[in-house]
Amino acid sequence: MPKDNGIGASPKRREDVRFLTGAGNYTDDINVNGQAHVHFLRADVAHATINSIDTSAAEAMPGVVKIFTGADFAEVGGIPCGWGVTDRHGNPQQEPRHPIIAHDTIRHVGEIVAAVVADTVEQARDAAEAIELDLTDKPVVVDMAAALAEDSAKVHEDLSSNLCYDWVFGNDDDDAVQAAFDSAAHVTTLELVNNRLVANPMEPRVAIGEYSRGTDEYTLHTTSQNPHVIRLLMCAFVLGLPEHKVRVVAPDVGGGFGSKIFHYAEEAFCTHAAKACGRPVKWTSTRSEAFISDAHGRDHVTKIELALDSNNNFTALRTNTMANMGAYLSTFATSVPSYLHGTLMAGNYKTPIVQVNVKTVFTNTVPVDAYRGAGRPEATYQLERVIDKAARELGVDPIALRRQNFITEFPYETPVALTYDTGDYVATMDKLEEIADVAGFAARRAESEKKGKLRGLGVNCYIEACGIAPSNIVGMLGARAGLYDAATVRVNATGSISVMVGAHAHGQGHETTFPQVVADMIGIDESMVDIVHGDTGRVPFGMGTYGSRSIAVCGSAMVRATEKIIAKAKKIAAHLMEASDADIELKDGQFTVAGTDKSVAWGDVCLTAYVPHNYPLEELEPGLEETAFYDPANFTYPAGAYACEVEVDPDTGKVTIERFSAADDFGNIINPMIVDGQVHGGLGQGIGQALLENAAYDEDGQLLSASYMDYAMPRADDVPFYQVDHSCQTPCTHNPLGVKGCGEAGAIGSPPAVVNAVIDALKSGGKNVTHIDMPLSPARVWAAMNG
Amino acid sequence: MAKVSMTVNGKAASGDVEGRTLLSSFLREELGLTGTHVGCDTSQCGACVVHVDGKAVKACTMLALEAEGAEVATIEGQANADGSLNTIQQAFQDHHGLQCGFCTPGMVMSAAALLKDNPKPSEAEIRDYLEGNLCRCTGYHNIVKAIMAASGQDVSSIAAE
Repeated sequence: MPKDNGIGASPKRREDVRFLTGAGNYTDDINVNGQAHVHFLRADVAHATINSIDTSAAEAMPGVVKIFTGADFAEVGGIPCGWGVTDRHGNPQQEPRHPIIAHDTIRHVGEIVAAVVADTVEQARDAAEAIELDLTDKPVVVDMAAALAEDSAKVHEDLSSNLCYDWVFGNDDDDAVQAAFDSAAHVTTLELVNNRLVANPMEPRVAIGEYSRGTDEYTLHTTSQNPHVIRLLMCAFVLGLPEHKVRVVAPDVGGGFGSKIFHYAEEAFCTHAAKACGRPVKWTSTRSEAFISDAHGRDHVTKIELALDSNNNFTALRTNTMANMGAYLSTFATSVPSYLHGTLMAGNYKTPIVQVNVKTVFTNTVPVDAYRGAGRPEATYQLERVIDKAARELGVDPIALRRQNFITEFPYETPVALTYDTGDYVATMDKLEEIADVAGFAARRAESEKKGKLRGLGVNCYIEACGIAPSNIVGMLGARAGLYDAATVRVNATGSISVMVGAHAHGQGHETTFPQVVADMIGIDESMVDIVHGDTGRVPFGMGTYGSRSIAVCGSAMVRATEKIIAKAKKIAAHLMEASDADIELKDGQFTVAGTDKSVAWGDVCLTAYVPHNYPLEELEPGLEETAFYDPANFTYPAGAYACEVEVDPDTGKVTIERFSAADDFGNIINPMIVDGQVHGGLGQGIGQALLENAAYDEDGQLLSASYMDYAMPRADDVPFYQVDHSCQTPCTHNPLGVKGCGEAGAIGSPPAVVNAVIDALKSGGKNVTHIDMPLSPARVWAAMNG
Repeated sequence: MAKVSMTVNGKAASGDVEGRTLLSSFLREELGLTGTHVGCDTSQCGACVVHVDGKAVKACTMLALEAEGAEVATIEGQANADGSLNTIQQAFQDHHGLQCGFCTPGMVMSAAALLKDNPKPSEAEIRDYLEGNLCRCTGYHNIVKAIMAASGQDVSSIAAE
């Protein structure tokens, strides 16, 4: 029987009622008394010297409060990068200054050149059109290989080249790795592109800065996945403000997918401008602005080589990747192609030698940073594509080749620095074959062929490292932050509970799932527990939500804080029942003395803590509130196996997804309904990457796909109903809930399955196509078939 | 500035607007009905769908002045008289048809318009009708399922929500 409450149940989401009735409170829904509006004049060329900016005509326009240019921010710090990668020679990454407003040089289309604050947004927009720019065009660098050529123009004149870092990871002995390839029975090589994407949460970014002269305090409302991180970065590195004078609030946030992790110039601008203008300043991004100012994702070009012995065992893997950084380093940009990517290259397989080489490159494009999966989709895609290609070259079943090379014993130490604590890749593959009805594929293919369609089946596995992260390990790897999380459990006198959590929900349903855990631990009704999140003024601290970390890291902090609450409450109960606290048991919200019929209710203990008349005051403080910070001992390792079935129209190259099946191992699960939803959403994005989405630049650095008219978002009729299953559960061994995280799996695991399926379909039609780069648009598929 | 008057969720509403003021801006900024969301500037995303004289309309693509005298319905007016969720809203909650909630008002308003014209739409008809509503969270699975359920169809054979 499914549970109806607590851990493992699927209560309806409590946040839904406000969203379904128009009562959500998104940042753009907030208006502050006396607010002015800012419109950012953004560069429409990719690379130019700013000779002068004439704002005099604009300043005289109706409603204009103040106009800012780069000169106004010359004394302010730049946007910091939160991760310093050390290159293969021991040198630090090249790290250019990242200004709030372009000062003397424009480096990408969309960069802020001037900011107009006016009474209304229309007035600000009108005035911006009256600003005169005198620019001198500079050579534009878009292509990564060209950017690395010795004679390339430089994005940053003060850096030695366009190379951010040249990094090697895993087995760094080139000769030993080469020897493994030289002695291989078979080597499969694949060159591929992981297409550049735009995260596109449906809510565009918004920022509202406020300043109180009376208290010298600032408030920033912003669309963020991690308000405490924004406060820290903005205060310590950009504006030089004391943190205790700054409150950052991220209310209801309409999706993030990574793009709302980062500290953006607009946030610092609105905070700074609120004081400079003496009025609150609000910015609401348009979608057109979002395309050229939100950090993009992916954009890797990779050559991967897989060596196999005569028994088809994987013996070595070597990758060479160029990863685009864009024009500046966004908050976590440098960690994505390095430690979030290289560490995953072993995948689910016991390949003994793995070498990962990555060059990160500056170009005159929008900064590139984490997007759902962040480095792990890039790793999974190349690995699972090269394995499929190897299977075809060797004439063996791609599922059997994977099974043969699975890691089967845990803990397993990979050649790329991770220790997988637990997993069962055979079980997820077994489950996948069952739910995908792999056995019935041949019959379905025959049916498709009767309709004149080519049908293909593609399978892949994935593993991800979630629950980022042990602070000491990421510190050694270059992180400039700790990656613990925090929770405060505040029990009120009447027994209801507020849990202040450092995680931030922007679709994940924490308001429902986190109370399930606390209520289950105490044995009270979930309605007695609420979480508070997204406000540095109400939540002590937290590192936020990304990398599928919320329940694994913040949830663990919440469990630890609740354990402290229970321990203290037991002492109070022991006092009330004149027993030893070692004998106190808590079940269903009742404290009992073991072996007796004595009991006292949760509510009575809570009231006693706040009305301590009969209370051990000499031993115990009154009140019932506890905080825990939790720093994980290891990453968590969700893993699974995915299968896609496609039909390809041989006349047009049009691909349709006929079936998609996902068998995941997320360890223990708090709310199965929400977990399924997280997987569905990831699959939608992964299918979007595989078939539709592409952030395409022309050689002048203009983003060609800069609106929903041009950037092909997946729509309801592009995807099928999905088969998802998470009944294979190997609980995480090192966190209290045994949870692994589920937010990114769908996006990580689905692109290779789609591409593998299309290649399989074409093969069935007699077309020996070995690879097509994503997105697999009809034009690309048709060209590959007829090339 | 010009005066515009209309009926919104059954109540008279009026205000002074510029000629360029969009219906979405009028609803959000003048009337404080912030449930109507704006997710793009090319009439693609559908987060702003409202009903104007019974028809689904993208409120970002209509001038406020064009709605002069019209009957406008927004997400704020969709719940039952006692405040409980209506059939479509309830189906979205029951089947986890929303995550971040930003596209949700437009999805609910589009679904209502669809079911008015086509009370028992097939899966394919629903997917086709939602062409103009983008969701980035759900992969559409539970949205389609919720709309089928709201139309009284048995969705128990569709994979778990």
